[in-house]
Amino acid sequence: MSDATAKTGYIRQAWLVIFLALAYGGALAGVQTTLGPRIEENKRQETYSVIPALVEGADKSQTVEKTITGKDGKPQTVFLARDSQGTPRGWVVPATGQGFADRIDVLIGLDLDVSTITGLYVLDQKETPGLGNLIQDPAFQDRFIGKRTSEPVQVVKDDPAAGSNAVKALTGATISSESVATIVNSALKNLKEPIREL
Amino acid sequence: MPLDEPTALERLINGILPENPVYRQLLGMCPTLAVTGAMMPAMTMAAATAFVLLSANIIVSLIRGLLKPHLRILVFTLTIATFVTIADRALAAYMYQMSKTLGPYVPLIIVNCLIISRCEICASKQSVGVAIADGVGMSLGFALALGSIASIREILGSGTWFGLHLFSYAYTVAENILGWVTTILGMGTLGLPDIHWQNWGIMVLPPGAFLTLGLLLGAVEWFGQRRRRAGE
Repeated sequence: MSDATAKTGYIRQAWLVIFLALAYGGALAGVQTTLGPRIEENKRQETYSVIPALVEGADKSQTVEKTITGKDGKPQTVFLARDSQGTPRGWVVPATGQGFADRIDVLIGLDLDVSTITGLYVLDQKETPGLGNLIQDPAFQDRFIGKRTSEPVQVVKDDPAAGSNAVKALTGATISSESVATIVNSALKNLKEPIREL
Repeated sequence: MPLDEPTALERLINGILPENPVYRQLLGMCPTLAVTGAMMPAMTMAAATAFVLLSANIIVSLIRGLLKPHLRILVFTLTIATFVTIADRALAAYMYQMSKTLGPYVPLIIVNCLIISRCEICASKQSVGVAIADGVGMSLGFALALGSIASIREILGSGTWFGLHLFSYAYTVAENILGWVTTILGMGTLGLPDIHWQNWGIMVLPPGAFLTLGLLLGAVEWFGQRRRRAGE
């Protein structure tokens, strides 16, 4: 068989796969365009509903969205949490990064001068069920409360000493635990100064 | 096409009990074990799986004449993955909390052997009508299996069914009936003993899934053998 007939042979063999891949890809793009805004709105609603848990005394109807430019030059939405009188109480910062399985989206609660973490909430994750997905558990998320933003949050395997800036990893899910800490650290590094300058 | 391929009606009926995907074929064990802690997630999973299975069966059956034998699995997987993504996005858009509860198990429908096996066994060989009947039958069988396990686990583990507090409801009803009876008979106050449903925690945890599935599989097999022996 000559080269030319071999090539047409491949196309003849694979045309259906190529055609279907294109058709399905187009259909999925359509689905994403239609449903994407709705899913984003759901996520925004969820963000608003957890803000009172991340910043003490915050009232979700008083929350203000602000767009800042991070150190990496990209625009980023942050939330100024205020109490029912409208007095600012703290910040809520959305952050995203790679986990063990897929992307992890978190919300970080911070005090007003961005020096202490006041709460952490995992919005979306697809980590291993029963191990890594325990990052969704308040028991894990609360380990971040009170950590300082002046130095990176460390992940350790045993109970950290009081006053240290370390959190205990989940058993059997070291990578997921470290991913969350890395997401928090890189978001803080990127956004701490821009928020303080507001 | 061989003449002894099952007809649409046979496919439909086979899927429900004689070839039940979970109890007879032991397929789709991942969702069977993972999302049957309660009825709501189990039935959502059954519906999402039914959507993917039906859609994949229809598409594969329509293009069955064009399939190249060595590329067919690729086409099946491509088709299934597309519909799983649609189901996943639709859940996130319209049932956001449920989509978070099911988490990775919706994307994992892609690797549910039930669907690819129906594409291979039925849809790639038979007409669209038969493929639809097959998809409906298998989906009903799968929903029945998930529902039976989830019912046992939710009732024993949480005292609820579809989130309804069955036991406290039944208790209130029993208390009221007793109240009327004693009033009518003029027996004065005769109350029910103060009992509460004690949640059987292990049933909603992963071991509960294995226990329930094992016992139900055993029961289905036992009845099946008895019937076969009776038929001999």
